Amino acid sequence: MKRYEPILGLLLAAALVAAAIAAPWLRFVLTIALAKGIAVLGILLLLRAGQVSFGHALYIGFGAYTVAFLAPRFNDGVLVLLAAAAGAGLLGLVVGLFVTRYRQIFFGMLNLAMCMVFYSLLEKLYHFTKGSDGIRVEIMPIAGQALDRVTYEWTVFGIALGLAFVLGFLLRMYLASPMGEALAGIKTRETRLEFMGVPARGILLSAYVISAIVGGLGGALIAMTSRHVTPLLSYWTASGELVFIAILGGAGGVLGPFLGAAAYELVRVYAAASFADAWQMILGTVLLLVILFAPGGLWGMAARVLGGRGR
Amino acid sequence: MAEWFQDNGLLLGLALLDGLSSAGLIFLVAVGLNLVFGVLRIVNVAHGSLYAIGAYSAASIGLFLTSLGLPAWASIPTLILSAALVGAILGPLIERFILRRIYAGEEVVQLLVTFALFMILEDVQKLVWGVQPIHHDAAMRWLGTIDVPFGTDFIPFTNYQLFVLPGFAVITLAGLAWFLRSTLTGRVIVAVTTDREAATAMGIDAAKIFLLTFTFGAMLAALGGALSSPTAALVPGVGAQIIVLSFAVVATAGLGQIEGAALTSLMMGMGRSIAVYFEPELEVVVPYIIMVLVLLVRPQGLFGVIETRRV
Repeated sequence: MKRYEPILGLLLAAALVAAAIAAPWLRFVLTIALAKGIAVLGILLLLRAGQVSFGHALYIGFGAYTVAFLAPRFNDGVLVLLAAAAGAGLLGLVVGLFVTRYRQIFFGMLNLAMCMVFYSLLEKLYHFTKGSDGIRVEIMPIAGQALDRVTYEWTVFGIALGLAFVLGFLLRMYLASPMGEALAGIKTRETRLEFMGVPARGILLSAYVISAIVGGLGGALIAMTSRHVTPLLSYWTASGELVFIAILGGAGGVLGPFLGAAAYELVRVYAAASFADAWQMILGTVLLLVILFAPGGLWGMAARVLGGRGR
Repeated sequence: MAEWFQDNGLLLGLALLDGLSSAGLIFLVAVGLNLVFGVLRIVNVAHGSLYAIGAYSAASIGLFLTSLGLPAWASIPTLILSAALVGAILGPLIERFILRRIYAGEEVVQLLVTFALFMILEDVQKLVWGVQPIHHDAAMRWLGTIDVPFGTDFIPFTNYQLFVLPGFAVITLAGLAWFLRSTLTGRVIVAVTTDREAATAMGIDAAKIFLLTFTFGAMLAALGGALSSPTAALVPGVGAQIIVLSFAVVATAGLGQIEGAALTSLMMGMGRSIAVYFEPELEVVVPYIIMVLVLLVRPQGLFGVIETRRV
């Protein structure tokens, strides 16, 4: 299955581009899906260590607000993306130093707590963040080029796709490296890992910082695409959504998050258009069905079709 | 200090009274969550939805019966009966048809199943009760207000919030402590909490205990909701708010701790209402600050027991 991954990745990318050309409104949805997929790569990493973060919307919100604050000052898309990634990485390091001391439910809840603190600050510090009204993000030049609206949207789509590829590739290498294998060791039996002299906490911390960086990048891309940021990006249900996408896509490979994110966003758009008050119910039902009847997620299903195991 | 007290004493008194009543509510919800976690080992994200549905049901049953000419004194028993009804219907449904299938699953999966349930129930509320605020405060108006002596002054406060909410919390606390320690069923529940395998090997029907505990937990959540319904208008999203607070209480108190949950609820209720009156921006943040401080000093929670690490 592993060897099909690059080819399947290219096929998926081609399908996304084709869909974005065929239906211009899909371009928006798919850019958001790619951004969320990038963020979910981080969740995948933590899931490999058996840890569920119910608070990674913190980094999405952080990345998005970094763009909103810095875009008028830097006036360049590439610079703000870099700033969002670096800032989220730093924040991830500070928060990570604290939360990686805990495991399982405490890990999940502490992340949730951090995320809720950030959400409340965004909402309450009105003079700074404009509270729940949010901040508008104007179209910004990218790499020094001033762009019209359509070109800008295509460029952001392209950046998201490119980042998805590069990050997916890097993460695949990371997971196959000794550090990535040690993550799986944290899940099975951490004490044994330590007996072997592997610093388990450091391993988890490095994975956590990476997950924060990709979360920040995802959030920045969301802000650049939707061009409006609100505190709701960091509400705890948004963190749940990320874990949802990870499980929907399947935690087996790096393509899972993108399959999951695309499926999630499409179902969400269609459900919201057809049943305005019941889209959450439809998504929840889809999630229940996937968990109960297709535990490997979409990636697991694809793996079964192609023969071989998900991992 | 004395001067500050002169100026702000009454405000502080009001904050303490408010804190007491909100601590009562938080406790009712958090203790149910904690009990369910202790026995089923599942963090039930949908616990907040049960709270919201309890509140909505109590308000609409109350409105309906009042329109039929229900005397005001009967409105408090009506609140309790509606909560029991909600718990008795939804509890077994959820446990039998959904949770039972995932007891053997991974923690992530269990968390997500209840998250899916949360999403579904959130929309069920909107479909059944709409998005307009619903308010029914017959119980609170019937009990009237009281002037609480405070130094040389008096603070007007509602009897309902001063006596009924904390009263129910104290009754629940004492009742639960007695039930778990002195009755056979209670002891069986404690046995299953401590060591599920050993308990089942002794011939305890774990399935029955799970059903019983979950239904009871659901009733407690619904009771919290029902009792809160006279104090404020109900809007969508109340469930999402109370559940994150309950998570914080449970993690701070230590998993499976009843008395700990009571003390923590009191700390968080007080902390939050003092913040409301003196630093409103911090209101939502205070519980999480308390949680982080406690977990920094005691990583297993205030009353939690350190688990031995398996090699």
